[in-house]
Parts: sequence; structure tokens; C-alpha cells
Amino acid sequence: MSAAGHQASQPPLRRDRGSAVVGGVCAGLGRRLGIDPIILRVVFIAASAAGGLGIGLYLLAWVAMPAEGERRAGGLRVPALPGGRDSWTVAGGIGLLALSLLLVFRQWGLWIGDGLVWPVVLAAAGGALIWRQSANAADPAPVREAPARAGGGSALGRAALGVALVVGAALLFLYFNDALRPARDALLPVVVVLVAGTLILAPWWIRLVRGLADERAERIRSQERAELAAHLHDSVLQTLALMQRRADNPREVAGLARRQERELRAWLDGGRPLGERGTLAAGLELAAAEVEEQHGVAVDVVTVGDCPLDAGAEALVAATREAVLNAAKFAGPEPVSVYAEVGTERVEVFVRDRGPGFDPDAVPEDRRGVRESIVGRMRRHGGDAVVHTGAGDGTEVELRLERAR
Amino acid sequence: MTGPNASVVIVDDHQLFRAGVRSELDGLVEVLGDAANVQDAVRCIIELEPDVVLLDVQMPGGGGVQVIHDVARARPAQRFLALSVSDAAEDVIAIIRAGARGYVTKTISGPELADAVRRVADGDAVFSPRLAGFVLDAFAGAGQPIPSAVDPELDQLTAREREVLQHIARGYLYKEIGARLHISAKTVEAHVSAVLRKLQLSNRHELSRWAVERRLID
Repeated sequence: MSAAGHQASQPPLRRDRGSAVVGGVCAGLGRRLGIDPIILRVVFIAASAAGGLGIGLYLLAWVAMPAEGERRAGGLRVPALPGGRDSWTVAGGIGLLALSLLLVFRQWGLWIGDGLVWPVVLAAAGGALIWRQSANAADPAPVREAPARAGGGSALGRAALGVALVVGAALLFLYFNDALRPARDALLPVVVVLVAGTLILAPWWIRLVRGLADERAERIRSQERAELAAHLHDSVLQTLALMQRRADNPREVAGLARRQERELRAWLDGGRPLGERGTLAAGLELAAAEVEEQHGVAVDVVTVGDCPLDAGAEALVAATREAVLNAAKFAGPEPVSVYAEVGTERVEVFVRDRGPGFDPDAVPEDRRGVRESIVGRMRRHGGDAVVHTGAGDGTEVELRLERAR
Repeated sequence: MTGPNASVVIVDDHQLFRAGVRSELDGLVEVLGDAANVQDAVRCIIELEPDVVLLDVQMPGGGGVQVIHDVARARPAQRFLALSVSDAAEDVIAIIRAGARGYVTKTISGPELADAVRRVADGDAVFSPRLAGFVLDAFAGAGQPIPSAVDPELDQLTAREREVLQHIARGYLYKEIGARLHISAKTVEAHVSAVLRKLQLSNRHELSRWAVERRLID
């Protein structure tokens, strides 16, 4: 609970299209990290100066980071982009600007080498076109809008140009390296072709995987919601209705509320009903709930450790139930405390009430409750039971059972 | 020590519950104010300087743990008593390890709550039977080999501390425990405070993991 709350206070890593200059990567990163996006933009540009590294990183981040409200508002992107001929003008302008920047860097000597930088720049430009294309295609709304706005041929042409640029970059790269390393002639083309292929196909694949994951998460969420609603309807709403009808009987209302609380806790805690768990702790909870319901006395159960409900443990639960029943009957409205500790060698249970207490010797012989149901039962299973009581001091029944090895 | 009337601030996101606690505590302790969310609570506590803050564990915006963290900067000695409907081990252990000096459930009666507030105001720790059970469970495993990195001062309970906790879990009051173990009620309180310190300072990673795993075993 608290962990989830903590996460929610931090903005998720999303591209921020609202304050985007290019793709919103820097704006999104800046918001997440709490840094002015200007600083990040300067860092990216500086990294681009070092032979195009920044451009590559930026494109990678663009693909990896989902945009804000991507699923909900797919139509946002298309109107924000200049459509048709305008987009080509803008693209051309950006291309020329990038080219002049690169030439300046080349002049200054901030350069790795012709053989690496030009192919990387070309591949980046081509990649950007293709990724952009597939990003639009993944949202159903823009697909319907795009032809009306920009014409169907434009989309295809953009993708084709992208592919041509990437392939050209690969060929250029091969050409430069052929001269340098003739020995790797056989291997290099294969690698480069593979890289180019990945670059072309990866965006569609990523979109597909992301879409499937979203759909699956949504399905699980709605299933859980339905299950929760069904449970609340069967239990809590029924009890609330019952409580309204019994409003004139506070004792009964308190009993109903407590039973419902117990059920809800068991459900929240593990999902399975107490009766099906087959452990000592669940058995004790169940016994306490039964007595609570019959006699309207609160029974608090605390257990340390747990063990399977074998014959001995069942006898222990039955004896505990008897002791709690006695406490509820004779000790009045004060709550009864049950404490069970499961050790490696023995299990101990203490049932304590704050009632008037009684004189054990004064109990007539024919009253079988304590002697038979508690002491006798425990002894038959190799355990023991002791009743500590005194007038005005409350009563504590101590049950002890050696664990079978 | 505080005066005859300890002062409290109630932090809980349920208005109905705040009003209920206010009327129950009326005349028993001095209620300075209440708050419904983390920001209000932090402002209110720093401004009113109560002896004790009654703190709900689960609230939007980080819950009681967040309030303790945020107040700690301005008032490092502020005392908190956690008051919650949750008895999930992870919630209880988390709020105690964040710094609360005790934990009681919301079904507690007015006079008992006032008594718990006074004890926390005096610097004692308040353990409900359930919290005592959790602590015994978390520090259990006496029979298992102890990893070498464990600090015995912090990571294990003494026999006496175990005895005291077992009696709390069985429903005994400090006074009754003292009488049964032939020690004074103050000594019982000292043992409980020592356990609280161990619970907060122990680095035993099993402790946090235990709280999470407990849910999975059930």
C-alpha cells in the first residue's frame, strides 16, 4: 500500500508531447528526473557532436519511451504534425540544418571518420522515418484520419524513402570498410544486413508486443474487478442489509459486524476460506468465529507460527473451542483472548478471560465440560491441560500438545 | 513526562472515524486538532506540537509512514501511535519500523485508547496482543542456525523479553505481567521498549522479508 503510494507520487517515464521540441524525450526525461529539459537537450546535442552518438541515443529513447496518453488519445499526434507537403518541407529543413552542423563539426575536427559518421547519419534519418510511420500505424484512430489529411501515397513514400536511406547507409558503410578490412568481406555484409533488417522490423514488433501486454493487463484488471464486486455483494452488502433490519438489537449488530469483519479479513489475507486451509491457525480462527456468533462475545485470536491440522491439532482446536465456549458463557461481555504458539517441539494454546473466575474444586463431578472435553481430550492425544483460576482473577486455560515427529 | 492531560492530533482520512475518536477521547486527553491527509497532517503537527499523534496506517499519498518521515525533519522527537483497521503484518511492521511507538486496532475502547496515548506520551511503547504475536513470529527461529552477520544485541530477543511478549499476546496487562513474573510494571515497560528498539533498529533482512512472506504462506 505504502509502496504503491510512493511510486504514484513520481511522474512515470513518458515522452512529454506537450512541451516537445522534437519528440518530447528530453521534456519527459527532465520531468521524471526533476531537471530542466534545456540541460538535457544541450547534453544530447553535445553528444551528437561526438560523431552522432547523441542522435542514436535519442532515437533509441524515442522508441523505448511511450508517449503520454498514447493509448487514450491516439489522434493527438496527427493534428499536431504539419500534414502533406509541409511535413516534407520541415523534414528537409531539419535535414539541411543537421548537415550543416555536421559539416561544421567536421571542419573543427570533432569527427570520428567519414566511414562511420555518414552511414550512421543516413541510417538514423531513414530509421526515424520508418519508426514514425509504424508509430502512427499502431494507433487505429490516425490510420483512419491520415489518408484524408495527408493522402495515402505519402505514408507509403515515407516508408520507402526510409528503407532506401537505411539500405544506402548500409551499402556506404560496407564500401568504406571494404577498403579497410578485406579479410572480413564474407562476414561483414551479413552482419550489416541483419542490423538493417532489425532496424526496419523492430518497431512493428515492439508495437505488437506492447499492444498485447496492454490488452492482457486490461483483461486481468476487469476480471479482478468483477470478482471483487461479486464477493462484496455476497458478503458485505448482505450483512449491511441484515444490520439495518436488526438495528434495534445492538448486541446482534455488533456480532454481525464482527463476523463480517473476520470473513473479509480472511478473504483479503489469503483468498481461501478459513475452513479449506487445513492449518491450526485457521482452525482456531474458525472455532473462535463460531463461538463469537453463538454468544456475542468478542474472541481475539493471536497465533505465532502454524502447523498442519493433523489429529492432534484437531483435538487441540476442539479443546480450545470448549475453553472459549466456557469463557464466553461464564465470563460475561469482556473479550476472550486466545494465544497459540507453535514451537518445534510443542504447541501451546492459552485461553484467557477476565471474568469472575471459579473454584475448580467446587465444580461438581457431573459437569463434564472441563474434565472430559478439555483435560481428557488433551491427555488422550499425549498432551495436557491446566486451568489457572481464582476468585476475581479471571481464568486462563493452558493447553499443551507435544508435536509428533 | 507530560502534564496530567496529554495532547493529541488525530490523523485519519475518514471523517466519521476522526469525529468518533474525538468524542471518545473528550475529557480524557486534550485533542488539539485533526487532519485528513498527509500534507495537512504534517503542517498541523508542526504547528500544534502535540505530545502524541494518533496516526492511521493507510491513507492516500503515502500513508502514515510518509507522515512520520515528513515530520521527522522538523520534529525528530515527535511520538506517534499507530491506529489502524489493518492487521496485515507488512503494514504493522512497516509503521513501527518507520518510528511509531505503538500500534493499536481501531476497535479499542475510548478509555483504553486514552491510556495508550498517555503511555506513549510518557515515552513507553504500546503493544497490542496482535503486535506482540507478530514480533514473536518475526524474531522466531531460535532453533535455526543464525547467520554470522546477525548482531545478537539487536537481532534476538532475550528470554525475558519473549516471556513479556507472550504474556501481552495472551491478553495480560503490564501490571498483571509484573505480578506474574515478579518484576515491577516499570521493568515490564522497559522490556517492551527494548523490544521496540530492536524492532526499529535491527538490520536483519529476514524481518522485512518475513512480513511480506507471511501473506504468501497463508
